[in-house]
Amino acid sequence: MSDIKKIKDDYIDKLNTENNIEKVNNIKSELFGKNGIISNEFKKLGSISVEERKKLASDLNNIKDELQNKISIKIQEIETKEINLKLEKEKIDVTLPERNIEIGKIHPVSQVIDEISSIFSEIGFSVEEGPDVENEYNNFTALNTPDNHPARDMHDTFYLDNNKELLLRTHTSPVQVRTMLKGKPPFKIIAPGRTYRSDSDQTHAPMFHQVEGLHIDKNINMGHLKGCLNYFIKEFFEVDKIKMRFRPSHFPFTEPSAEVDIGYEIKNGKIVIGEGNKWLEILGCGMVHPNVLKNVNVNPSKYQGYAFGIGIDRLGMLKYGINDLRAFFETDYRWLSHFGFDPLDVPSNYRGLSR
Amino acid sequence: MKFTIDWLKNHLDTKFNNNQIIDKLTNIGLEVESFESSTSELDTFIVAKIINAKTHPNADRLKLCDVDIGSDKTIEVVCGAPNAKNGLLTVYAPPGSIIPKNQMKLSVSKIRGVTSYGMLCSESELLLSNESDGIIELKNNKYANKIGEKYFKNTSEKVIDLSITPNRPDCLGVRGIARDLSAAGAGKLKINKKSNLNYKGNQNINVTIKKEKAQGCTTFGSCLIKGVTNKESPKWLKDKIKSLGQKPISAIVDITNYVMFDLNRPLHAYDADKIDNEIIVRSSSKGESFEALDNKKYILENDMCVISDRSGVLGLGGIIGGTRSGTEYSTKNILLESAYFLPRSIRKTSKQLNIDTDAKFRFERGIDPLSIEEGLIKASELIKQICGGEISNLDVKKIENYKKTIINFDPFLFEKTTGFNVENKELIKILEKLGFNVSKNKKILKLVIPSWRPDITLPIDIVEEIVRIKGYEHINTSEPIKTRLKPTLNYYQKLFHFLQRSVASKGYLETVTWSFTDSKINQLFKENDEEIPIVNPISSDLNVLRNSIFPNLLFYLKKNLDRGFKDISLFEIGPAFKGKNPGDQLTVIGAVRAGKVSRLSWNDKERIVDTFDVKKDVIQSLCEAGINKDDIIIDDRAPSYYHPGKSGGVYQNKNEKNAIAYFGEIHPNIIKKLDIKTEGLAIFEICLDYIRASKQKIKDSKSEYKFSDFQKSERDFAFIINKNFKSQELVNIIKSVDNKLIKSVRVFDVFEGENIPEGKKSIAVNVTIQSEEKTLNENDLDNINKLIISSVESKSGAKIRS
Repeated sequence: MSDIKKIKDDYIDKLNTENNIEKVNNIKSELFGKNGIISNEFKKLGSISVEERKKLASDLNNIKDELQNKISIKIQEIETKEINLKLEKEKIDVTLPERNIEIGKIHPVSQVIDEISSIFSEIGFSVEEGPDVENEYNNFTALNTPDNHPARDMHDTFYLDNNKELLLRTHTSPVQVRTMLKGKPPFKIIAPGRTYRSDSDQTHAPMFHQVEGLHIDKNINMGHLKGCLNYFIKEFFEVDKIKMRFRPSHFPFTEPSAEVDIGYEIKNGKIVIGEGNKWLEILGCGMVHPNVLKNVNVNPSKYQGYAFGIGIDRLGMLKYGINDLRAFFETDYRWLSHFGFDPLDVPSNYRGLSR
Repeated sequence: MKFTIDWLKNHLDTKFNNNQIIDKLTNIGLEVESFESSTSELDTFIVAKIINAKTHPNADRLKLCDVDIGSDKTIEVVCGAPNAKNGLLTVYAPPGSIIPKNQMKLSVSKIRGVTSYGMLCSESELLLSNESDGIIELKNNKYANKIGEKYFKNTSEKVIDLSITPNRPDCLGVRGIARDLSAAGAGKLKINKKSNLNYKGNQNINVTIKKEKAQGCTTFGSCLIKGVTNKESPKWLKDKIKSLGQKPISAIVDITNYVMFDLNRPLHAYDADKIDNEIIVRSSSKGESFEALDNKKYILENDMCVISDRSGVLGLGGIIGGTRSGTEYSTKNILLESAYFLPRSIRKTSKQLNIDTDAKFRFERGIDPLSIEEGLIKASELIKQICGGEISNLDVKKIENYKKTIINFDPFLFEKTTGFNVENKELIKILEKLGFNVSKNKKILKLVIPSWRPDITLPIDIVEEIVRIKGYEHINTSEPIKTRLKPTLNYYQKLFHFLQRSVASKGYLETVTWSFTDSKINQLFKENDEEIPIVNPISSDLNVLRNSIFPNLLFYLKKNLDRGFKDISLFEIGPAFKGKNPGDQLTVIGAVRAGKVSRLSWNDKERIVDTFDVKKDVIQSLCEAGINKDDIIIDDRAPSYYHPGKSGGVYQNKNEKNAIAYFGEIHPNIIKKLDIKTEGLAIFEICLDYIRASKQKIKDSKSEYKFSDFQKSERDFAFIINKNFKSQELVNIIKSVDNKLIKSVRVFDVFEGENIPEGKKSIAVNVTIQSEEKTLNENDLDNINKLIISSVESKSGAKIRS
């Protein structure tokens, strides 16, 4: 028995200093293999007396457990060491650049159109569209602007034929005409889109964007118009309070007509919307003229309502601090990257209009 | 419309201060554009100090002065004045100034080899005295603190500039503006004092208005003023004319202009001695001509309203007079005209001849037809006062009488439209102050519309009058009504939205370009579409509507490449025009991708952008927008601007004419023609209108969820096949062997060349096989393998590679 104890102590010493996994495995088979030292001791148990056997078996088992335990700890120890060594060698420089990222952007005009649509959607408006090429009737005559009307001079029109019958729409208002002609009241729509006028300078582009609004029902009055626009402007500029002024004006297709100004001030060279005592004109609106309703087969003694037209590009410029209108349409990669919006930045009510 | 507060006060008794008047004007719909002193040519002359006067290097009698003009740096001025010396305060005129004495405009000039920026002025040069010996010497105690300030005080009165909407001709005269202000409570409209003119004799130049179909004149009033002395206008009149931003001409012309701006009553004065016998108001005949007061010769068309005498055309009625009968300083006898011309006729003639005058601007908007005599009287009175002379009786010829407009107005319409109520009493008061004649018939108001308000024809116009005078601030702000009539967006509007953001998320920058383009570029992309020219383009290189979205995209791509960018991805979503009628347009996405992928990457190999990059972008975008990848077919048909061998179309149906999308490299000829310098250029386009609308909403279209838990197997095959055989067909042949068992087929290798016969290629595919009923054994799999090989070989002529 003392022999075995001695053997055990020798092997424990051996294992303590051993760092090679193969040698540990060799030790394991020396002890517990088919003809291993410990295995052979167990075989001897059969040839001794029952009394002795009990004692010896118990001792042998203890020795076996101790050695096996020692071996498995040693293996784990060596393996861990080896893995750590391997991981250490595999370390890379994670500050090296990632694979190229290509970041796309949404144009500010598109973003603003989505913002506007989202706001009006909240109060029940749906979106309509009309063609960019219009006939003279839809663009002017149906909108109570007959041929000899001086208001036509305010629209520098692009024509597609010499008889001036086909033109590029000068405003989004013909969508009112199309919408009402093809349907029955009530109507509650907005119509964003491209519009065209043949002037071009620092503050005018030959193409720009407008959104038209139209709400026709039985009892829609100027109070509703004011309420709707007040709501829109507050939501759009994402401010709690906004100074707004309705001021009488004239458009052939609305009566009474109004222009809407918002208050602003210049702070540190930047325009701040909503406060201050300067006024900025941002849109035109009014009650749809009874002649327009007649032209689209809506009975003006039964139905009435309001319409408005807003310059989209200008709203975008104000909200996002863009100074130059012409830059919207010049496709400068730097400008698009700077002012563009992330494609995932979809304006919505629950997630917020903008980040 | 410009005027001064003083002028306004000729017509309005008011206690309002200037700012209150300005605010009121805007609040009643007469928008104030500006309220400023008119600029003067004398504004440029400033107080300056000579810091250092030294002798000119090339001329003993000239001096070189460093002059302090109140800015950071001194200015160097060459000066010949003997009194120019250090410390002298004087008057400096910068380049661009106009010297009052000789009306010369100063420019930067070299005097004996030294550049002089502007000049120092003498009293005589500024017309202050005849003193021309030396420059002005300003007193130290008065001017020492004023260096840099204007020397001449601008004493001109501040001018209000109104933007008058086209419906308000009555406010193109100061009196009309005063009337509106009085109705709005800003004062009391002054009553015109009765004239006590003595008329002597008759207007003995016969006037005839011809009764013609196209006659543009209905009334022609006139009087003769004999024995006048035309002269320079008195100061008060000159100041009025100047405040309008106009130049005084002579008393007679200035008076007619003054009355026009005062009463909105255009007049015309003829030199009566230059009229050949009589005045005939008639329609012109094509080819007639005359020289107008703007010194241009106009050749007339048929049916323009002309004022003529026996010798021919004198002028265009209501638009512009002619030089033949114009008044001069020597004019002794004048014929004064005050007439009514029809807006339609004025507008037509002035458009045809492209003439714009103050008179035309007013007549085309509608002049008060009952102001003819008032205008004659006011102008005659002033002429007599300033130029002397005797006034004949007034002669008014008419071919039509003015008819009053009457509107029956139910005050309820006001509340119904505006949402708030105004007491009848107040409402009537407003209308009466605006010049309406109001009588009551039970609840209805019978209104006689003032003759100066041609814009008022309907009850709704009355509502506007009341609400604008009452003030828009009285309109309530109602809570928005949230009722929805239909969904915000329809299928195609949603598709627009999804595709736009989906394409952007592939790394493309969205741009917005003009709907028009250069016909020279457009024709490379227009295929069989008709060209759509713009009659009046903004410039010759934006002269057609774009048939395709690419002309502009490539134009701007080139610009960005020229800016030094190399890898550029751009797209636009918008209209492409297919014809010139409304609705002949398609909504299209066009995208371009130029340069390289993985440029300057430390770990990836860089490569040129190719067809399969854009193919991925277009297919992925379509899938993200809700189109099932299994429902689309790729074909190699594509428009001619694509590389014929490296492009394709995406179709939803095999035999469909129009692809929903195209992709590929652009034709090398186009790159050459447009001189685009890039390593690689691939493009794609999606036509939204050609995408078939899904009939079902997603909630109705999800199929039952089924999956198989049995083991799946993968097998690889390599076939030698004709070079032109399309991989898509090969995949379809394999799939059709057993639609249930074959779950997917992927092409993982294609090559030509070594060991492959000429005209052939090798395609390797990986096939996934899985049953939904059992685990397939070796035998089952062998059978399918054999079937796949035999089907492919028989249907495609391919051979399996051993």
